[in-house]
Amino acid sequence: MTSELRSLYQEIILDHNKSPRNFRKLSDANRTVVGYNPLCGDHYTLYVRTEDDIIKDIGFQGSGCAISKASASVMTTIVKGKTHAEAEKLFEMFHKLVTGELSGAIDAEELGKLAAFSGVSEFPARVKCASLVWHTLSNALQEKSETVTTE
Amino acid sequence: MGTVTHAHGSVAVGTGFDPESVRRDFPILKRRVRGNPLVYLDNAATTQKPQPVIDALVQYYASQNANVHRGIHHLSEIATQAYEDVRAKVQRFINAASVREIVFVRGATEAINLVASSFGHAYLNAGDEVVITGMEHHSNIVPWQLACQRRGAHLIVVPITDSGEVVVEEYERRLSPRTKIAALTHVSNALGTVNPVKEMVRLAHQKGIPVLVDGAQAMPHLRVDVRELGCDFYVFSGHKMFGPTGIGVLYGKEEILSAMPPYQGGGDMIKSVSFERTIYHDLPYRFEAGTPNIADGIAYGAALDYLTRLDWQVVANYERALLLYATNAVSTVPGLRIIGTATEKAGVVSFVLDGIHPHDIGTILDQEGIAIRTGHHCAQPVMDRFGIPATARASFAFYNTQEEADRLVIGIQKVVEVFK
Repeated sequence: MTSELRSLYQEIILDHNKSPRNFRKLSDANRTVVGYNPLCGDHYTLYVRTEDDIIKDIGFQGSGCAISKASASVMTTIVKGKTHAEAEKLFEMFHKLVTGELSGAIDAEELGKLAAFSGVSEFPARVKCASLVWHTLSNALQEKSETVTTE
Repeated sequence: MGTVTHAHGSVAVGTGFDPESVRRDFPILKRRVRGNPLVYLDNAATTQKPQPVIDALVQYYASQNANVHRGIHHLSEIATQAYEDVRAKVQRFINAASVREIVFVRGATEAINLVASSFGHAYLNAGDEVVITGMEHHSNIVPWQLACQRRGAHLIVVPITDSGEVVVEEYERRLSPRTKIAALTHVSNALGTVNPVKEMVRLAHQKGIPVLVDGAQAMPHLRVDVRELGCDFYVFSGHKMFGPTGIGVLYGKEEILSAMPPYQGGGDMIKSVSFERTIYHDLPYRFEAGTPNIADGIAYGAALDYLTRLDWQVVANYERALLLYATNAVSTVPGLRIIGTATEKAGVVSFVLDGIHPHDIGTILDQEGIAIRTGHHCAQPVMDRFGIPATARASFAFYNTQEEADRLVIGIQKVVEVFK
């Protein structure tokens, strides 16, 4: 494998692709939004239960490429328990990370598992795969119900 | 070329055709991608261009550039002559009856839009039907949907089988007294299926129904004789047959074209204009409003010359052997399933891998310098038919080799390794 590929398909990503976390429908979700990239076929439904501005529970179902699925899985593990504002801030940081715009010293602790997606910035065609479910979450938190696409 | 035995056994591509003899004509094939020699297997999206086509483009702008059909100066005469010579080349290439039947357009998509719009306006009424197959490219679906919506007509789709073939009886049954036109692809871009269009044209004509054939994927692989096929319209793109982008052809039988209203209005398509009345030009200019794509048209002529010089029987045998070889070679990968297993195929190996999304396949192969297409190939109904979101598609041209098919297989094995 080339070093670029190894940095794209890091162990965490391969693991979350193979065994996605929170890969389930929430029966008590109060926000449900679909994320769909018709061009590549990534298609997910995101279920969120929010209470008092806090993401109490989150799950997703659907199918797509390894990057999109791992991104969804990692995202659900990270945003659970966070406030809406904290989740949006993470999205902002994640977006900068995958588009290669994260400048200066990165707080590794703050990034946590999201750092596994740093290799995506070398693959411009894959940015939309990584960011699809984050856009979907953002819409869910803003109570926009229309299907999200990052084509 | 002698018989060569490769890693994948006895399927030798010893057909008397040496791909090296043509590869040297395509400068891009010499380049490297991400440190590896380019393996270009995205020919169904667009083909590479031989040197004479590139030279013709440069030469036109360097020494011939002028507008056509209007100047009385020397350069305009030269440009007009060169451009109109290409029309005659196209006519001979597909054996049309007359240059009046050759309309230059941007590509197959525009050609279909032209017919759907103009023919649809003249002949499609509420309750009428347009018949297409379940394996059409979006460009042979959406223009008809638009025409049907405008006129209150219906789009009728002929289903395809699990192997990706049209059942001719099912097609015949859908040709009704309400059918105003059938629009059929000659070769499927997503599956590679070659449809029996000559028979399908015959069946439609028995009921007095005209037929449009989308030849975009057929022209790079088959020698097409429109009068032998008998179709009323045949459309294709220059860039998928080794010519430049932005130039394509609508062939239409003269008697049908001459009865159709204009598509776009403007210069070049008129004889005279006053505010009260415009007299339209004769065929084919009536359908060519505005300054045409002169440079690409002239360079397209160089592509036709190039193809004319090839011994097409030999090339076709080679391509058939190469497709068989590649099909057998990729089939050795565990968990790989080929989508589109028609008896008659051309140029395309579309596949999926168990548990691995085509997008990931495409990214990893690209790191090896192997260019394939992944996605729905602008044929979403085909993907839906097979219950998949996308495929990985390797598509071949006559300059591809057995060794490249081997590298594709090695690349796919690496993909499997990553996701083991």
